[in-house]
Amino acid sequence: MSGHDHGDDGVSRRKVLECMTWAGTGVLWTVTGGVPRSLGIIDSAQAATAAAPGMSFLQISDSHVGFDKPANPNALGTLEEAVNKINAMPAKPSFMIHTGDITHLSKASEFDNAERIISQTKLDVHYVPGEHDFIDEEVKLYRERYGRGTKGHGWYSFDAGGVHFVGLVNVVDLKAGGLGNLGAEQLAWLEDDLRGKSKSTPIVLFAHIPLWTVYPQWGWGTEDGGRALEQVKGFGSVTVLNGHIHQVMQKVEGNVTFHTARSTAFPQPAPGTAPSPGPMKVEDAKLRGMLGVASINFKQNEQRLAIIDTPLQG
Amino acid sequence: MKTLNRRDFAADLGLALAAAVLLPATSARADDMEVHIDNFVFQPAELKIKVGTTVTWTNRDDIPHTVVSAGKFRSKTLDTDDKFTFTFTNAGDYKYFCSLHPHMTGMIKVE
Repeated sequence: MSGHDHGDDGVSRRKVLECMTWAGTGVLWTVTGGVPRSLGIIDSAQAATAAAPGMSFLQISDSHVGFDKPANPNALGTLEEAVNKINAMPAKPSFMIHTGDITHLSKASEFDNAERIISQTKLDVHYVPGEHDFIDEEVKLYRERYGRGTKGHGWYSFDAGGVHFVGLVNVVDLKAGGLGNLGAEQLAWLEDDLRGKSKSTPIVLFAHIPLWTVYPQWGWGTEDGGRALEQVKGFGSVTVLNGHIHQVMQKVEGNVTFHTARSTAFPQPAPGTAPSPGPMKVEDAKLRGMLGVASINFKQNEQRLAIIDTPLQG
Repeated sequence: MKTLNRRDFAADLGLALAAAVLLPATSARADDMEVHIDNFVFQPAELKIKVGTTVTWTNRDDIPHTVVSAGKFRSKTLDTDDKFTFTFTNAGDYKYFCSLHPHMTGMIKVE
């Protein structure tokens, strides 16, 4: 798409790649003046300490409840470990977002199991769907459970702690040969949703598939993600949180911080390092170092939200 | 005597087995075709077939996929080792893709 408006986009894409930062296990990110800085390996206790005071929330992603293949025969078990990790955090987060692929095959039992475990956090959870949550025959189970009060295929916004949160759906009406898709209706809604907001309002966009182009050869990007990003250009602080790629990746571009969270189910390979983006089998001892959650801290008058990735182990 | 009989029996059994192995292959429709999904790729990516051919797709990945040709055919979600079968009764080019991973595309050319 948009072959016509790539005037300087090519240059910024290249810069973006230079900025792209790869994270290993358990890295605490702070971002000052546009440069992400790794403060080294942390555990959840320190993560929670670093997150206070101010408003903090959690991101959990890609729990794939029902997945039982060699890369992780018990995805429900590792989701439960993640929930235990969250419950052990000394500072309770305000709420949680789940960036999709709650289930592996959209089965009612998978949604039920996910709910049973995730509800043990006793946190409000704001969901967006992944492509794995829309594959039941009638495509209704996700919407019955999580679609209340949402628009279209499940997009919505809410405000918390002075931050405006927008949950977007980019896993519907995908076009052959293309990437993730927001669609005209959702983009029009987004424009409307942001209209009249003060430019100093921090914005958090969250969606399943990365809104930025991570690796199109594996479908890791959103065809019209750039159009959503154009709409938040004028805002002083924008944070884009995604899942789908089952690994931590971060870049900063102008006022926009992009970040992807780990899965709680199974890791996927770094772009281009394997024949396909499918589940990556690692040694049992290494698995929990590659799964985890993210906590995000917002402090008033600070432009960027600090994002801390916490693995299940290590 | 016994030994000879046994050898004859073994030879007969050998023939019978060979026939049993050959039978399904010769009695199956020669024009049925298969596409495998491996590593997020349809293999072969392009297939040329005659009208009336049945194509069977098999998902051999650990991740579900679909087989969708807009307005022509649409599989259910195929979990690991699930199959989808479609018989092509009209000539034409059938582009198809996986609606979950749209970078996965394939083509069936029916003559």
